[in-house]
Amino acid sequence: MALYNFKRIQPVPPANDFLDIVLSKTQRKTPTVIHKNYKIGRIRQFYMRKVKFTQDSFEEKLKAMLEEFPKLDDIHPFYSDLMNVLYDKDHYKIALGQINTARHLIDQVAKEYVRLLKFGDSLYRCKQLKKAALGRMATIMKRQKDSLVYLEQVRQHLARLPSIDPNTRTLLICGYPNVGKSSFMNKITRADVDVQPYAFTTKSLFVGHMDYRYLRWQVIDTPGILDHPLEQMNTIEMQSVTALAHLRACIMFFMDLSEQCGYSVKDQITLYQNVKPLFVNKPTFIVINKIDVTRPEDLPEDEQIMLKEIAERDGAQIVQLSCHTDEGVIDVRNTACDKLLAARVDFKLKGNKINEVINKIHLAEPIARDDIPRTPFIPEQVKGRPLYDMKDPKRRKLERDLEAEGGGPGVFSVDLKKKYLLKNDEWKYDAIPEIIDGKNIIDFVDPDIAEKLDALEREEQKLEAEGYYDSAEEMVDSEEEETKRLAEIIKEKKKLIIQAHRAKKMMKNRPVMPRTVITKSVEEMEEQLGQLGLDASAIRGRSLTRKRKRTETDDMDVDYPPSSPQASRSISVARSKSAVRDRSIAGLADTKQQKETEKQKKLSQRKSNLLAKVGESDRSIKVKRPKHLFSSKMTNGKKDWR
Amino acid sequence: MRLEKCYFCSSTIYPGHGTMFVRNDSKMFRFCRSKCHAAFKHKRNPRKVRWTKAFRKAAGKEMAIDSTFEFEKRRNVPVRYDRELMATTVKAIKRISEIRAKRERVFYKNRMSSNKEREKAENIREIQTNIELIGAPSAKIKAQIAKVTEKMQQNSDMEIL
Repeated sequence: MALYNFKRIQPVPPANDFLDIVLSKTQRKTPTVIHKNYKIGRIRQFYMRKVKFTQDSFEEKLKAMLEEFPKLDDIHPFYSDLMNVLYDKDHYKIALGQINTARHLIDQVAKEYVRLLKFGDSLYRCKQLKKAALGRMATIMKRQKDSLVYLEQVRQHLARLPSIDPNTRTLLICGYPNVGKSSFMNKITRADVDVQPYAFTTKSLFVGHMDYRYLRWQVIDTPGILDHPLEQMNTIEMQSVTALAHLRACIMFFMDLSEQCGYSVKDQITLYQNVKPLFVNKPTFIVINKIDVTRPEDLPEDEQIMLKEIAERDGAQIVQLSCHTDEGVIDVRNTACDKLLAARVDFKLKGNKINEVINKIHLAEPIARDDIPRTPFIPEQVKGRPLYDMKDPKRRKLERDLEAEGGGPGVFSVDLKKKYLLKNDEWKYDAIPEIIDGKNIIDFVDPDIAEKLDALEREEQKLEAEGYYDSAEEMVDSEEEETKRLAEIIKEKKKLIIQAHRAKKMMKNRPVMPRTVITKSVEEMEEQLGQLGLDASAIRGRSLTRKRKRTETDDMDVDYPPSSPQASRSISVARSKSAVRDRSIAGLADTKQQKETEKQKKLSQRKSNLLAKVGESDRSIKVKRPKHLFSSKMTNGKKDWR
Repeated sequence: MRLEKCYFCSSTIYPGHGTMFVRNDSKMFRFCRSKCHAAFKHKRNPRKVRWTKAFRKAAGKEMAIDSTFEFEKRRNVPVRYDRELMATTVKAIKRISEIRAKRERVFYKNRMSSNKEREKAENIREIQTNIELIGAPSAKIKAQIAKVTEKMQQNSDMEIL
């Protein structure tokens, strides 16, 4: 349906407006000021541009117009005929032709003046040339005033035409004026066509749509036709004739037997016979309307016969309806639609496109390979079984009956083991062991396990006979025993030594005393030697027997009091290493002084200790973040690193 | 319910124990504990990790070829339940494991048999080199050592001859 949509044609402005549009566009879109310093070449360019631009704008607009208006040769014959009837084909073609000529002329003018502008020797000359060019173009355009007006009218009318799809399923309603065509249209579609009791209420084609058999149908209401030759028909009638001639539709020729329309039955029949050539090869119905007033049976004999004759002659079907009482409306619609559908299918079957479709449809019918009958297999057991009947008290028990007996759904649990096929039915409910001694029993299950086990036993016996399992107890002699014992003791000892060494190494990073400094007591040495079974008395004997005697000189030294240990030692022992002195007692004569000093110290510290004040000796960080370490903006380290 | 084997160490996994990893090709890997799972995730080869059954079998530490192994198999053939067959099976399992244990004992013994000579030599060497650790070598002990050494040498000479 979008195929013939004339609503999109752009409006055609009248000649003056057209000029205004194009010229103001030129003014807007091209440079307007020429400066003093412009060279003549640039000035020529300036004006040439204006001329060319104007020509381009004209060209663009006119071309669009020519493209948008439908070409009568290209569109569906129905539309081209309709347009001929409505707008006069010649007039339309001439108008478009003139527009086309104007386009060429403007092109010529532009070319000519651009050529002249190339030789313009001054600003003034160039400007005059441009002015002349635009003037001539305007004149050409102004001459098209009439065609433009005509085309605008055509455009407006075209936009209002009903969008008829010439190829779809269509019911076409025709007949004398005032026979009830529009009423029928209103009945079967949702279109709201004006219905009035005078002739030619409908002045143009109307389209309505309806649904039948899940398809979309188009119903076209035509203006009434009078019975006179084609040449004398007016535009309104001609529209009907066009539609009748070109649309492949179901024709519904409406007749009013009651003659309320103002035309006699005979007139109507003659009209039918006159327009009949237009219905060739189309499903045709003679629709008798207003049967609430007059039925065909009420007519005089001769008219009845005429009616039947014409119907029979061209296979038209006579149907009856009354738009007033709704009698037969839907029936008529349905029969018409069905017939049209059948006709369309027939037409398609006759066409050559049908082969493409038929090729794709393939119905396979297998041929019997032999005469052996292959009947369905029904087991004997099933054949003998009586038919299941709900009402029979002796009916078979189904699983659902068991469920109902066993407490209903949710309570009843299905017995899945009931139908096991085992050698012995007693085994059905055995608890099957799965695991034994860390093994899966199922992995051992094998129908011939007994034989295999027998084979294994035989193998075992054979091995035993061969002495595979005999353990040769070796004799261990005493010497070997002794060696073993000794080696074990040595190993033990080694282990202990290693342990001791490791224990010492546990001290990891602590300062280690040099071996020369470490003194070992005589007792230790004695013990170690004793363990090795050596006599250490010789070493020990000396230290036990010899004692240092005090010399006389010691006692004679009167400067030092005899109680002082320092005094005696200074004489006896030569100091081999520097002694570490306790500095807290340096310069103090004796213990008494030491004690006094300690006392005084505590006394002086008491106050500050009580107040928990910071003393001189307390560890403290005076400045948490010293400025010199944190003040720079250096990224790569601080100043003190440099 | 089935007892599964650990993919890594081949130990038995009882129902409700261990973890399972299902690879995106739907192969299932069961692990008895996180140790085995972690080893798997480190892409360790169970045949090269010394504490696994796979290693021990591959390295000849355990009996790997024997007729008793023929009994335990995953037979993917369904066998209809038979009470007698089940009973014989259970009895057979006991007997088979008994036989296997016996054979394993022999296997172990055979495997260890070659150690004796080596141990003896080692002991003598130990005594010769480190006798001072347990006591000053007296003449008596020294003589004993010499005697043993001599004997050993004789033995080895005879073997060579």
